[in-house]
Amino acid sequence: MALRILCCVKRVPSPGSRINLTDDGTAVDATHLGFTTSPHEECAVEEAVVLAEHEGGTVTVLTLGPPESVEQLRYAASVGADELVLVATDGAPWDPQRTAAALAEAIKRLETDQETFDLILFGNESADSGGFQVGVRVANALQRPMVNGIKRIELNFDGDGPGSVSARRAVDDGFEVYELPLPAILGVKEGINLPRYPTMRGRLASKKLEISSWEGEAAPGGQALVRLRRPVEQTSTTTILGNSAAAAPAVVDLLEELGVFDR
Amino acid sequence: MSEFPTNAKVVVVGAGIVGNCLVGHLADLGWTDMVLIDKGPLPNPGGSTGHASNFIFPVDHNKEMALLGVQSANQYRHLGLSVDCGGIEVARTPQRWDELQRRMTSAKTWGVEAELLTAAEVAEHVPFVDTDVILGGFYCPSVSVVDSLEAGTVMRAKAVNAGAVDVFASTELLDIETIDTPHNGLSKVTAVVTDKGRVEAEYVVVACGVWSNRVANLAGATIPLVPAVHQMADVGPIDILAETNNEIGYPIVRDMDTFCYERQSAGSMEVGSYAHRPIFHHPDEIPSNDEAALTPTEMPFTPDDFDQQMEQAIELMDMLGDAEIKYAINGLLSLTPDAMPCLGETAEVLHLWSAAAVWVKEGPGMAQVVAEWMTYGYPRVIDPHGADIARFYDWERNDEHIWARCAEHFNKTYGIVHPAEQWVSRRELATSPYFSRQKAYQAEFFEARGWERPQWYNSNADLVERYDVPARGFGRRDTEWDDRWWSPVTIGEHLNLRQHCGLVDLSAFQIFELRGPGAVGFADFLAVNKIDKPVGSSTYTPWLTPDGGFRSDLTMMRTAIDTVRIVTGVFDGGRDAFWIRKHMPDDGSVSFTDRTADITTLGLWGPNAPQVLGELTDHDLSQSGFPHGAIREVEIRTAAGPVRATLFRISYVGDTGWEIYANWADGPALWDALFDAGESHGIRPTGGGVYGSSGRVEKGYRLMGAELESEYNPVEAGLARPKVKAADFIGKQAYLEAREVAPIAKMCTLTVEDQTDTQGRRRHPQGGNEPILTGDGQRIVDSHGRVSRVTSASPGPSVGKHLLMAYLPTELASVGTDLEVMYVNERFPVRVAAIEGSVFDPEDIRLKG
Repeated sequence: MALRILCCVKRVPSPGSRINLTDDGTAVDATHLGFTTSPHEECAVEEAVVLAEHEGGTVTVLTLGPPESVEQLRYAASVGADELVLVATDGAPWDPQRTAAALAEAIKRLETDQETFDLILFGNESADSGGFQVGVRVANALQRPMVNGIKRIELNFDGDGPGSVSARRAVDDGFEVYELPLPAILGVKEGINLPRYPTMRGRLASKKLEISSWEGEAAPGGQALVRLRRPVEQTSTTTILGNSAAAAPAVVDLLEELGVFDR
Repeated sequence: MSEFPTNAKVVVVGAGIVGNCLVGHLADLGWTDMVLIDKGPLPNPGGSTGHASNFIFPVDHNKEMALLGVQSANQYRHLGLSVDCGGIEVARTPQRWDELQRRMTSAKTWGVEAELLTAAEVAEHVPFVDTDVILGGFYCPSVSVVDSLEAGTVMRAKAVNAGAVDVFASTELLDIETIDTPHNGLSKVTAVVTDKGRVEAEYVVVACGVWSNRVANLAGATIPLVPAVHQMADVGPIDILAETNNEIGYPIVRDMDTFCYERQSAGSMEVGSYAHRPIFHHPDEIPSNDEAALTPTEMPFTPDDFDQQMEQAIELMDMLGDAEIKYAINGLLSLTPDAMPCLGETAEVLHLWSAAAVWVKEGPGMAQVVAEWMTYGYPRVIDPHGADIARFYDWERNDEHIWARCAEHFNKTYGIVHPAEQWVSRRELATSPYFSRQKAYQAEFFEARGWERPQWYNSNADLVERYDVPARGFGRRDTEWDDRWWSPVTIGEHLNLRQHCGLVDLSAFQIFELRGPGAVGFADFLAVNKIDKPVGSSTYTPWLTPDGGFRSDLTMMRTAIDTVRIVTGVFDGGRDAFWIRKHMPDDGSVSFTDRTADITTLGLWGPNAPQVLGELTDHDLSQSGFPHGAIREVEIRTAAGPVRATLFRISYVGDTGWEIYANWADGPALWDALFDAGESHGIRPTGGGVYGSSGRVEKGYRLMGAELESEYNPVEAGLARPKVKAADFIGKQAYLEAREVAPIAKMCTLTVEDQTDTQGRRRHPQGGNEPILTGDGQRIVDSHGRVSRVTSASPGPSVGKHLLMAYLPTELASVGTDLEVMYVNERFPVRVAAIEGSVFDPEDIRLKG
């Protein structure tokens, strides 16, 4: 039986050198920024695609966000996702409870028409609001086991197909390894893999994929954003050590100073 | 780093390829006490240089772009920061294949080695091209890839090491201070204010790329350009590229019909596009260095705009489909409303110079132009009239115009552009008093810097039959290209003017007035020929550069004891107005007024012109009473009452007649009166096809910007008078010296002796720099390195030949010499028919007889 994996991703502003805030301080001013998928989630998509490639199966990518989030779905398709789902919002930020409720409903809906997802992957946290909780809330709503902070995933097969998943995460003095029965939910961390870039053919194929879409509906939770504050900027200085081969001695000196080697 | 200075001779703002090369060239020319600032860090401050694709295709149909491209490529080579990788422009369509023939022609003109390749031959150079997609290619071995960041660094370091410049990176310009001058509204720079301090400066140069207009605005000046997106994607790794172990191992491919290029960059391929929708940004929308995700001019990629280009790139090179898109940007570069750079002193602020809208491919050469201009008063390397920032009229300097025109030409970056191609956007910016009447005559309007000028009138279609135009060999042309933007009606108008008379709207003339006790003396300082003549005299005269080349060519009239009227062409009005204002005396003895909007001009010419005018005025119009070159104030009877007009007996078409100057508001009445009076004399509205082309070229009259450029002097152009006036004038010393030696080249009129091409079609060279060749097909270059090329071309209906104008080395400039012209990559026999004189009525009997 083919493996079914779902990845939940979020459209976020691309991190620039300096993040500007809107005048009212409630949002990131994305005027100069493009948008991207949260980095942890990019890794989740990559992991899902690799698992599906190796074990045979399909990858569905689900996002909740403004209509423009289609760009992030297409990007996921361009690196190998098979099915795309948009739960559309009006663009205003949704709190984690509301987001999780809408996602849980969406997953139930997707599982009504087709088989249950064997594995659902979230990013550990989103790159913009960083609430660290949507995945956990969805797992709770769906009554499925969930572990966050995962940096390695292995599927365990029994006779018919995948029966459980082993998930590993780093802790201060080593690793924790969990074995979860399927269906399960994991929160993935950057570093689990090196996401591929899309190919030109992949990008073009992604444009032809149909996207299932509906309006998201869920009641707001109790959590509200009051305002964002930019931390004090850390200044750094760049020293140019020289040009071309002439820079070599200075580079050697610096590496020695940093303890990379001894002379 | 040095302490931030409080004063400097020159402050150059912007350390991209242009600013860096500029300080290098200025240092070479002896300038010191310079300051170079940039708001970004070095060596890549974040402008367009930092993400440039860094290749140079040296063939262009435009002389300035071609020669400065070659000049720039050579400067990169001289620095050792260039690789000749070769480049191939491939054709997918027959129309493009024809264009490649024209590229071959321009390559011949500019002396660039090039050859046409079959599709299979293209694949020998670039094995990963799908030969089924293309018809062939235009191969140019000297296409080069350069290191523009390093070249800028080296040029800057040269100036630093010479002690000529102090460099301050991460220094933001906040203001440019100016003071008013007596130069008719021009102000002058005094200082720049930065976040590091204020610097008093004699000169400020804006070399700020996409930010240039915003920076110039600080001083009250404009640099008409818009930051525009050019999308690029770097895809890889690709084995066949990586195996070259080279930054660039294969020729660059320009996929001309899809407006894309594919350029190897080590193991990857850079795919760049000029095919996407025009995407422009106001400078205020460009992020700061701090805010930018990459650099300010590497803006977030918008993939939807690039999808079609990807499909086309994969069509041409299948291997690209499976390569990963590692880096993709909406890179910003500068576009201007006429697709030419903005060089020279700004038209609003003295000593504020623009070195902007310059791409990496022409950066070092353009920087040399500006450096020489600042040093010698005019560039020596080339005539810069196409790039001169003073060329723009006010209506060309606003964002609405800039954006509209740039949107129109962006997709023509790799387009097939006809020499006479007309703009679609922003038309009817300036129209004459006769515009509605001309529309009623079904005029075909050509645009000239915003002005609408009838090129021919379709209401004159009957003249084609009346004069049997096809039987004379001037009917519809055999190829669509030659026939485009042309009509045989213009031949009918020409022959009607020669037999009866024609009325030409000249209201786009730019008319300036100098007035005051110093006006005549100042006018004489500008002009080669004498202006201090009796009131009512006119002078057709060159203006020269300090080096004695042509700066302008126009008519000056002494209309009162203290007044000189200057009449110049619409393409030169902005430049000439600035030249006048810049050189005006400081003592207030001369005032300058632009009278263009007050005065309308009509040209009435043909053997019946005196009869037509004679019905409307009692003034003596005989050759004895009103000789050629004279000016008279007259009253002209019209249905609306008498109209005061200035008659100037002069001709640019070779038949007698007048330029008639009147108040703008009186124009319609004057027009109607002339047509009423002219009806029985065969008058017809007559367009620019006769005035600027066939009538002019039959007479060998020179045109500024075509035959007359700063590389040539009046002796070579055949415009030197027997005597030189006593008064001093700009370029006088050089002019005197030029008169002392035999000219190296001479302006000639040539006839095309056989227009039939190898397919049996009659062809019509367009005057687009086609090379004149020796009988055995060799380029002709004079001892000053100037190539013989067609400067104007036109049918000559009254002489039955297609005519060309070109400079030839003196040893070839004799009537009867047989040569060749290359057109669309074929050679046609031509013969020298006139030197200094004309092929039609060489004795000027029709003018003065």
